[in-house]
Amino acid sequence: MFQETKPRSWISKHWWKASGAILVMYSIVAGLLGDVPVLPILHESVRNLYFHVTMWFSMLAIFSFSLYYSIMYLTKSNIRDDINAEKFANTGILLGSLGVITGSLWARFTWGAWWVNDPKLNGAAISILIYFAYVVLRNSMDEEQKRAKVAAVYNIFAFVLMLVFVMVYPRLNQVDSLHPGNGGNPGFSSYDLDKNMRIVFYPAVLGWILIGIWISRLSARAEAIAYEQMTIFTKNKIDKNNEIL
Amino acid sequence: MKSYNCLLILLFTLLQNVGMAQDTIDMADTMRSNGKIYVVVGVISIIFLGIITYLIRLDSKISRIEKKLNKTAE
Repeated sequence: MFQETKPRSWISKHWWKASGAILVMYSIVAGLLGDVPVLPILHESVRNLYFHVTMWFSMLAIFSFSLYYSIMYLTKSNIRDDINAEKFANTGILLGSLGVITGSLWARFTWGAWWVNDPKLNGAAISILIYFAYVVLRNSMDEEQKRAKVAAVYNIFAFVLMLVFVMVYPRLNQVDSLHPGNGGNPGFSSYDLDKNMRIVFYPAVLGWILIGIWISRLSARAEAIAYEQMTIFTKNKIDKNNEIL
Repeated sequence: MKSYNCLLILLFTLLQNVGMAQDTIDMADTMRSNGKIYVVVGVISIIFLGIITYLIRLDSKISRIEKKLNKTAE
């Protein structure tokens, strides 16, 4: 029922969870104690790069996993893929919301307002709303095959829209942005992200992606158990009814 | 010669300004020198490790239920 054909060692099962935890732990220690470039306005808050920006990178990765499972569902019609797609989308929404909230706090103390009219902020907010619509749409249907199919199709649509709003729209030349790398501002690669920051930032991104996968899988496994129990329960009920008839 | 001198003076004042600007950016140096930043690192690490411990426990709990269900299905 729950695929576990041959017993595997602890390391082969859990190495990626452990490395995710270690990488994020490293980013907390090295991110707070390591050397950062001395910049005006940002001061020590430049360290937020290790925590705020990683949320967006890992959100993109987790939404990609969700997209993958939706496509898998449409090709194979296995309800497990639908459960995975939903749980990965939920984790992506969590990471995205944390990104919006932390970004808002950071903006208050560097740009002077909780929310500024920046294409990246608005694009991110719209993307989160698009995924909220995914959750609402999926929960609005009772029939499980139909729900899974409609949710999978909408998820593909949502992913493309999210890419447009987060990746394409802020990079257009006509829009101005306060974010580095957008609207004529110098990008990551020039002076913002120097060598000292890179060796903390990229491990942090990888660590958060792994932890995001872990959280999504836990929630999907619990849902799969509930689903399995439910089908057994309804099957027993139908059998009983048939006996009475 | 005179223009050279002028240029040199201008250059030096500019350099001095750049140096001044670098000095006036405050980073949390006092916090660092007092050693209190390690307390913040400790607090955040404890919170993060607590969340990871919770995830590990949840993971093993779900694995146990899966194993049990596999046995009953056989």
